[in-house]
Amino acid sequence: MKRYLPFLIIVAVLIVAAGSVIWFVQKSKQNGLSNTNANAQSDTAGGAHVRGPANAPVTVEEYGDFQCPPCGRMYPELKKIEQEYGDKIKIIFRNFPITTQHKFAMIAAEAAEAAGFQGKYWEMHDKLYENQQAWATSDDPGPAFIGYARELGLDLERFTRDMNGAEARSRVEQDMQMGNKAGVNATPTFLVNGRMLRTEATSPEGLRTAINVMLRVNQ
Amino acid sequence: MEATRETIRSERKAQEVETERRARGAWLFYLAALVSLAGLTDAVYLTIGHLTGANFRCTITSGCNEVLGSPYASIGGVPLASLGALAYFSVFSLATLAAFNHKWATLALKMVAGLMLLVTLWLLYLQAFVIHHYCQYCLFSAAMVLTLNLIIFVAPVLIKKGQYRLR
Repeated sequence: MKRYLPFLIIVAVLIVAAGSVIWFVQKSKQNGLSNTNANAQSDTAGGAHVRGPANAPVTVEEYGDFQCPPCGRMYPELKKIEQEYGDKIKIIFRNFPITTQHKFAMIAAEAAEAAGFQGKYWEMHDKLYENQQAWATSDDPGPAFIGYARELGLDLERFTRDMNGAEARSRVEQDMQMGNKAGVNATPTFLVNGRMLRTEATSPEGLRTAINVMLRVNQ
Repeated sequence: MEATRETIRSERKAQEVETERRARGAWLFYLAALVSLAGLTDAVYLTIGHLTGANFRCTITSGCNEVLGSPYASIGGVPLASLGALAYFSVFSLATLAAFNHKWATLALKMVAGLMLLVTLWLLYLQAFVIHHYCQYCLFSAAMVLTLNLIIFVAPVLIKKGQYRLR
């Protein structure tokens, strides 16, 4: 028996290791869309920023970080998707600045919120993503943000005050709490009708597939 | 006649001493097997993550997404983590066989562990100077490889000469 014992041990470890890889990969293939925590809801709770018709059959909710490069790359794609699907989808954007990796992500989120207080949230959102490369690599993004606010015709004094104020910070933190509850831990994370897209499906094609599935389901 | 018997007896005695010395040294192989199991678990976790595209929660360091999402995380479409899993499994198998007195396994174990150390140093260099981010799972793996090499190459030298010598 002792002669075969090492081989038995080796085979057992091999079965456990290979088995767990196969099992998890199969399981993941079965559901490209994963169910999220029951608390995750694609609604407009917390005064979220929404664009698109309120009664659209599909809601695409994004947890984004203005300084994250994949979010920046996804931004024009999402615009295209919005145009393609027209009034069939509505978009919700929630802040999820990953401050441990992106030092300006929080202030950028606050700048967008501050612009939102003057009714220009989405305009600032677009400017931040379109010029991500410029402000993200600067030493101080403040002047750039103020520049965008000027271009948008905002009251600059109020914008600067709001950007550094507690209200904007609290709005961002509210979004982050919601994201944490939903199990968001990377950006961009998309929820399509409340169902979170897995990372491998987080691509323009993946998003289109998920939207199509939801449109079929809702027909 | 008496002299032959004496020779046989002394040979047996020498064999017993050698066997006991090897048995005492076997614990290092068990330890190496245990450490490689920890490394294997880490590599299997990363392989599953790579294949399923799961999110990695980086709790200690901050660069998991940068490192695991970098072009260095796979070689020709094969996840690097799966190669790591294969290497750890080899070390585990060889250490187990060596512990059970398969002499040939020791040399193979030393070769695989040495090779893993070289690859680990290269990966640490990539994290530090190319990607500029560290991933805790990769650092854990590096620690395991370093420990394995200490067990296999350094421990036997440190431990009293001849007493717990690796076979």
